Amino acid sequence: MLDFALTHAPILTVLLPMLAAPIIVIAVHRTAAFILAQLASLGSFGLALYLLALTQDGTVLSYHLGGWAPPLGIEYRVDAANALLLVVITLLASIVLPYARTSIEQEIDPGQHTLFYACLMLCVAGLLGVTITGDAFNIFVFLEVSSLSTYVLVAMGAKRDRRALSAAYDYLVLGTIGATFFVIGLGFVYMATGTLNLADIAQKIAEQDTNRTLQSGFAFIVVGMALKFAMFPLHRWLPNAYTYAPSIITTFLAATATKVALLVLMRFLFSVYSTTFGFERDTVVFVLLPLSLLAMFVASFMAVFQPNLKRLLAYSSLAQVGYMLLGISLLTTLGLTSTMAHMFNHAITKGALFMAAGAIIYRTGTALIPGMAGLGKQMPWTCAAFVIAGLSLIGVPGTAGFVSKFILLQGAFDKGWWFLALLIVASSLIAVVYIWRTLEVLYLQPVPEGRDIKEAPFGLLVPLWGLTLACIWFGLDADLVTSASQAAAEGLLEGRFQPDATVIIGPEGR
Amino acid sequence: MLTQTLILLILGLPLALCGFILLTRNLPNIRDGMTFAGAVVLFLLVITLTQQFFAGGTTDVELIQFQAGLSISLHVEPLGLLFALIASGLWTVTHIYGIGYMRGNNEKNHARFFACFAFAIFATMGIAFSANLLTLFLFYEALTISTYPLVAHKQNGEARAGARTYLGILMGTSIAFLLTGVVWTYVLAGTLDFELGGILEGKVSASLMPVLLALFAFGIGKAALMPFHRWLPAAMVAPTPVSALLHAVAVVKAGVFTMLKVGVYIFGIDTLASTGASQWLMWLAAFSIIAASTVALSQNNLKKRLAYSTISQLSYITLGMALATSMGVIGGGLHIATHAFGKITLFMCAGAIYVATHKTEISDMRGLGWKMPFTFIAFGIASLSIIGLPPLAGSWSKWALMVAAADTGHLIIIGVLMLSSMLNVAYLLPVFARGFVGGGVRSDTREKGLFGGIAEAPLFCVVPLCLTALGCLVLFFYAGSVEAFLTPLVDGSAATATGSE
Repeated sequence: MLDFALTHAPILTVLLPMLAAPIIVIAVHRTAAFILAQLASLGSFGLALYLLALTQDGTVLSYHLGGWAPPLGIEYRVDAANALLLVVITLLASIVLPYARTSIEQEIDPGQHTLFYACLMLCVAGLLGVTITGDAFNIFVFLEVSSLSTYVLVAMGAKRDRRALSAAYDYLVLGTIGATFFVIGLGFVYMATGTLNLADIAQKIAEQDTNRTLQSGFAFIVVGMALKFAMFPLHRWLPNAYTYAPSIITTFLAATATKVALLVLMRFLFSVYSTTFGFERDTVVFVLLPLSLLAMFVASFMAVFQPNLKRLLAYSSLAQVGYMLLGISLLTTLGLTSTMAHMFNHAITKGALFMAAGAIIYRTGTALIPGMAGLGKQMPWTCAAFVIAGLSLIGVPGTAGFVSKFILLQGAFDKGWWFLALLIVASSLIAVVYIWRTLEVLYLQPVPEGRDIKEAPFGLLVPLWGLTLACIWFGLDADLVTSASQAAAEGLLEGRFQPDATVIIGPEGR
Repeated sequence: MLTQTLILLILGLPLALCGFILLTRNLPNIRDGMTFAGAVVLFLLVITLTQQFFAGGTTDVELIQFQAGLSISLHVEPLGLLFALIASGLWTVTHIYGIGYMRGNNEKNHARFFACFAFAIFATMGIAFSANLLTLFLFYEALTISTYPLVAHKQNGEARAGARTYLGILMGTSIAFLLTGVVWTYVLAGTLDFELGGILEGKVSASLMPVLLALFAFGIGKAALMPFHRWLPAAMVAPTPVSALLHAVAVVKAGVFTMLKVGVYIFGIDTLASTGASQWLMWLAAFSIIAASTVALSQNNLKKRLAYSTISQLSYITLGMALATSMGVIGGGLHIATHAFGKITLFMCAGAIYVATHKTEISDMRGLGWKMPFTFIAFGIASLSIIGLPPLAGSWSKWALMVAAADTGHLIIIGVLMLSSMLNVAYLLPVFARGFVGGGVRSDTREKGLFGGIAEAPLFCVVPLCLTALGCLVLFFYAGSVEAFLTPLVDGSAATATGSE
């Protein structure tokens, strides 16, 4: 049984949540639905860890669906980079679920709870699929699976605030445009190479000289993905969607969704295309790099003036995406290492922050910062977690956020771009401002007369503190994440994704 | 006891106390008593460690591997030991004082106050014993964050604004400059370990060296080098025990201590001397000394005046490092000790006056000395020590710095030091004198009723400040041993040989 599971680990990682979804709908009962979802995500998490362990030495796993060999059959390809992201997604899914069980009681009608779990599982399956697949069209399919379920999940916030509906609609329109761009890009690539298998495309591109068809395809793919990961001027859908979605959905999306789209970009940039091509390199240096800097500053600056805590954190997420994009733009191992490490570290940090915000909203009923005066006294545990996660967001040493920033700075200096290093630290100073603005309200303002609220329920506190402690743990014992990220970065840069350096597991291998 | 266990205990004890204080928040006597016991034990532990260090015990502890080739680890060396001895020793005294002050003044949130205090001591110990820049940076930021609630303690508008300046400057400089400097050093040198003689020699071009030094000099905001000194006066809104221990000893000394460490172990004094990279820093420190003293003259608020005096005195230590000779470094190290005793006494006196009379302005203190003789005499002794008159401790460190300036041929720096001493006289002694002359108490009829009731502050407040004032006197006679203590820092340095030429 275990042997079977390990042999088929790549497909089972995706299949568990995907199959859980319809069963949950049939299960009807809320508790049963929760247990099923929790089991599925924990199972996936275990398998993802296994895959991560297998790929640490630079091995690339290839799994042929149904035994059909690529490029005709669909192939799942796991290297250190997407294995790390698989762990992030499944870890967050496993932690988010127990929180959701308590928090959605307030936010979503009881009748819709099973649907909520089903949609969440579909979303997880979609994100995992995008991450793991080695087939370009498969990426699109899973992207739509995750996006469609996300639209539904965002719209479920309508019970608390009707604006969730228009936010979901905005997201739907822009998300669809992004997906369309991506598919058009794929069309160009298919036209030029005649194949959809990523490794195969890479080989075909390497054989032919770069040409305008491929370049157009690349441009479309970059824009499509940039919409999905909310690169700065294409970010309009994100703040509203994060603000009005149910707290736990915001937590999950902020921690995972944008990172998956970023990985697709990295996949195309490094594994399929190559940055040795002038056009692709120029795209990175003259488009992505300036836009990432812009995101770091403009989005952080906008976060300073947000009265709504969730929206503040949403803008901060935009800025953090800027950091990750900046790491990619450096086109060095250190830069990519920082991006991969930040994917993990930002996931736990932002996850904890949104959970803390969710717990505050659960008790006070408001997301507006002025309404949170003096909460440090009434909800000490929630607020303490917010402080720690906030410090991690700023990048104070001893927290997870520091690690990735340290590596990013190292990358900037290593490349000799010291002015970039100064910009990075300058923008993180803005994070001090918007985090401290919140902390002052939480701790230094008196409790308003007549507000009598208790600490958040246990069901919210435990997952919240789980992530908060992870922020500290991975800030001190950074070796684990750093070395995994470095393996991922080296794999991406050295083009280990190519067909020949691959261990085949699955129906015919092993 | 194994040296390693000892170091871990020294770090663990304040942290455990911090948790203990929060648990016993509703049992004030048990909480404060145990904390005092803990502080005494901590001091004894540091003393034991010192003895073991000189007996030649092993002294490296790796706590956690941070990434390949970089770890969070601890190491014992003389400068750190000296700093830890001063901070832990004065903590015992300050804790007693703090109990008297907090209770006598009816401040709120005692548990939070003492817990943050214990955490700040933990961070200070971490700074003192850090084996590399990364560890130091970690504890440096922990110290900033844990002292923020102490500065904002009163939670009114003034405290909030003060705390905002405090955090903004300290965290801003450390993230913007210090972190940049640390990462840059790491990229250039491939290591962040503190090594005698420095790690940068031959790895940095001569033109880059001053820039890197600037990142450190301004990044270490806790050293209050102008123009990043504003946080220190702003921090004076904190309750006085905080100003006394943290903003005269632990926090600011952590700053200059880091400065010395960077100078000695990262750049190396010989490298600094041969490249001349620290020339500009010397002049800036000299400017800081004079300018801050001048500002202190104009301050009517006693704590603010002392704060500006601290800014000026901290620059002595930066100056000692920037002179880049062994005598300068020893003078700087010595000044950490002597200034600590002097300034903590002055702050405790200011606090005692506040507890007894609720007066903060110097102009209101006429004749108070007759009512509070112990406090004012202690103030006088400490003032003389800061000014640098024998037989008080402060004279030695100034002497060493002057020798260092003479060695390097910087006659102007000698002039600066002398001018500064004169300015010290001008802004410290009037406070003392005002306490005893003018007979303001008797002549001020309007407030006669109020003054009639004034006596010394509670015993808990007065005894500690008498002890530290006595310390100023005792340290004068033991300055030689402190100097011998610090000599390993500069052993084998070329500057030692050429220094006396």
